[in-house]
Amino acid sequence: MTTTPTAGEQIVHARGLTRDFVVRSGGWRRTKRVVRAVVDLDLDIVAGEAVGYIGANGAGKSTTIKMLTGILSPSQGTVRTCGYDPRRSRRALAREIGVVFGQRSQLWWDLPLRESYRVLAAIHRLGPGHRERLDELIEALDLEAFLDTPVRQLSLGQRIRGEIAAALLHSPRLLVLDEPTIGLDVLSKERLRAFLVAERAAHGTTLLLTTHDMDDVQRLTDRIVVVDRGSVAYAGDLPGLVRRVGADRVIVLDLEEPTPPLADLPGTRLLATEHDGLRQRLALLPGSTAAAVLAEVAGRAPLRDLTIEEPDVEDVVRRLYATQRAGG
Amino acid sequence: MSVAALAVLTQTGWKRWSAYRSAALAGAVTNTVFGLIKAAITMGAVGAAGGTLAGYGAIEGATYAWLAQALIAPVNVFWSNDLVDRIRSGDIAVDLSRPVDPQLAYLCADLGRAAFSLVPRGAPPLLVGALVTGLALPGQLLPYVLGMVSVVLAVVVSFACRWLVSLAAFWLIEMRGAATLYLMTSNILCGLVVPVHWFPGWMAAVAAATPFPSMLQAPIDVIMGRVTGVDALGVVGVQIAWAAGVLLAGRLVWTLGTRKLVVQGG
Amino acid sequence: MADLSAAGSRRPTAAGGLLGPYRALVSSRLRSQLAYRRSFALDVLGSFGVGLIEFAEVYVIFSSISVLGGLDFAGLALLFGLASLSFSLADLLVGHIDRIPTYLRTGTLDAFLLRPLPVLAQLVTSDIQLRRLGRSALALGVLVVALVVNPIDFTPAVITLLLITPIAGTAIFCGLFVVAAGIQFWLIEGSEMANAFTYGSNYAATFPTSIFSLPMRVLFTFVVPAAFTAYLPTLLILGLPGPAWTPAWWGWLTPLAALAVWGVALLAWRAGLRHYTGAGS
Repeated sequence: MTTTPTAGEQIVHARGLTRDFVVRSGGWRRTKRVVRAVVDLDLDIVAGEAVGYIGANGAGKSTTIKMLTGILSPSQGTVRTCGYDPRRSRRALAREIGVVFGQRSQLWWDLPLRESYRVLAAIHRLGPGHRERLDELIEALDLEAFLDTPVRQLSLGQRIRGEIAAALLHSPRLLVLDEPTIGLDVLSKERLRAFLVAERAAHGTTLLLTTHDMDDVQRLTDRIVVVDRGSVAYAGDLPGLVRRVGADRVIVLDLEEPTPPLADLPGTRLLATEHDGLRQRLALLPGSTAAAVLAEVAGRAPLRDLTIEEPDVEDVVRRLYATQRAGG
Repeated sequence: MSVAALAVLTQTGWKRWSAYRSAALAGAVTNTVFGLIKAAITMGAVGAAGGTLAGYGAIEGATYAWLAQALIAPVNVFWSNDLVDRIRSGDIAVDLSRPVDPQLAYLCADLGRAAFSLVPRGAPPLLVGALVTGLALPGQLLPYVLGMVSVVLAVVVSFACRWLVSLAAFWLIEMRGAATLYLMTSNILCGLVVPVHWFPGWMAAVAAATPFPSMLQAPIDVIMGRVTGVDALGVVGVQIAWAAGVLLAGRLVWTLGTRKLVVQGG
Repeated sequence: MADLSAAGSRRPTAAGGLLGPYRALVSSRLRSQLAYRRSFALDVLGSFGVGLIEFAEVYVIFSSISVLGGLDFAGLALLFGLASLSFSLADLLVGHIDRIPTYLRTGTLDAFLLRPLPVLAQLVTSDIQLRRLGRSALALGVLVVALVVNPIDFTPAVITLLLITPIAGTAIFCGLFVVAAGIQFWLIEGSEMANAFTYGSNYAATFPTSIFSLPMRVLFTFVVPAAFTAYLPTLLILGLPGPAWTPAWWGWLTPLAALAVWGVALLAWRAGLRHYTGAGS
């Protein structure tokens, strides 16, 4: 039974979601093997939320997204997206969601970008009002300069911006971005994030995002779900995850002269010293600030340079997987 | 260039093509289905001509159709853009830098491909042919031995022609026109559609002036024993002449093409 | 055909009625194909050439015989014209859907699944190949000449038949393409097999069904109804009796055969798509 979704309602509601694939291998004599890509997965996203969906390659992220959006049917379990059963009401759901697969294009490669939007507007049967929306997106994503360029000639950054405008043209309630920033340079990433933040502030669009980029997670999401071997390994906020796996920020100190190990600095834990203490690596414990540590260091040894390393997503995920597997 | 290097190249061609087993199976089914229709058409034509047509009885006509279907894949009657793509993308520079002769290297790869496709693509049409219409094949060994030589030469002639036409990519921006033209002419004149012996006089004369009958009509004539003894050697001789001639032409054009590449930087 | 008036207007239609989305898809495809005139002209010429090869086979065969399967050269030209016209039009309209494996690999099919339109309708309208008009032009030329040189009594019945046959024949070949596309979801690497089905039935349709053995005649009449696209109507037009098992009046049944093929086609397509989305089995 499909019901018309109302505001504040659950946008994604998945229970016991499972997906098996039959993998065939071998030559003339084929062998069959069942691979479980997603196992008994529960997922809830409320309207207006921004959720980061994180995991190693092959953990089941894309399979989950395909099940949420109606591309793939679950082997077991139930899922409702925007109040619809994605399999039975694929076309109704398509009007409510926008999806961007970073690696793949939904634009027409031989058409100018402008033409792609014209066709998409027709496909979604958008009234004349869509022009306002399109102008808004062109402005915000800075598409004007290459609107008349065939898509195949666009740079990756330009194309992704074009893809996101295409996914948002029909003002979907849920925006799903699969690795949107992969392969982009730092500046393009930052502009894209700024756009998404503004877009969500203006329209309250719900966001589901998969990414390998810690900055994406920090800037764009309220909450993260980490998936491991098809199951939820962690659900909560990012600081909670970092605390749980002990992935602290690391301060790397380059000192003017060889210094004994700075083992007893408050708010830190010494990780390593190199070159007779010329370089020392300290984990920044939760609650302490880099500034406080610096003040402390300045009193003990002359400082030449310092860098702060943020824990990256892969690292955090790897640690989480390791603790989970160690715990059984 | 060492014999070992050539052996490895031939083997690589084999491996690359054996990777596409499902494709080979699908191709065999396609060749067989078309064989069924073609055999019915040839038999119908022979029947309409009163029992024999240019020396073909009904079963001989069907055998011709089945052999042609069996040889489509090994001889590679249809176009493949492998070399064109390499010239277009500039990958050809890699071939130039290798210490093997490019034409010989590509020929070896093509022979490896042909060797692999001979049985999986050739046997199913012949088997179905034997069951459905029966095959008129000679009882002696000699036509088959000479036939194998003729098939190898057919592969070489087909390769040499495709090599030569592909080199047009050094000068032409759009190759689709040239490829289509080549495909049209060669498919008719090689005997794929109808035996060359059934051609009206003017078409037979045109065909005889091209290397195309050496690609299909010649090996089928030898295998079926339509030509024997000195005549068969004559057919093989013509194949050798075309193979040598077109390969040589290919070398000359290759030299011109690569010189243009080197001078103009592609 | 909700609002044909909008088709002529300069401004793109917004809501665009029932067919609006498809009109936008098709027109964008055609514009992109016509963008490079020279290349397009060469492609049309190439397509014409493919038809020429096909007709050359008929020509060569009739250079040594005068009657094949009860038809003379003029009669066979009529048969060829009808079959080839229908097939080339079907190839133009839906021939590109035999590229299902490519659509799967590039994710195009996933993009279709994310749009609020039926997937098959999107697939059909996504890449109509105008260049295949070359082959249609050759077929039409052969057909017109055949209509002149054959002794045909142009009664209202014959004229009706001449109008129905290409339309229903095109529908039959379109349906066969869709069946093949549905099957290809299972035969990703073996997509060439689909060619045996579609191109093979075209090949069989351009020759008199009477030359085939009984099992093949049954196949091309009742299973893959190639005989309905041209052979049976040709018999009716020329006033010839049909062979055993296939009386000439069946030439009127081409639309029924088209309906049957489309019934199977939609089932095959549905099953194929369900296999892909994992909803089946």
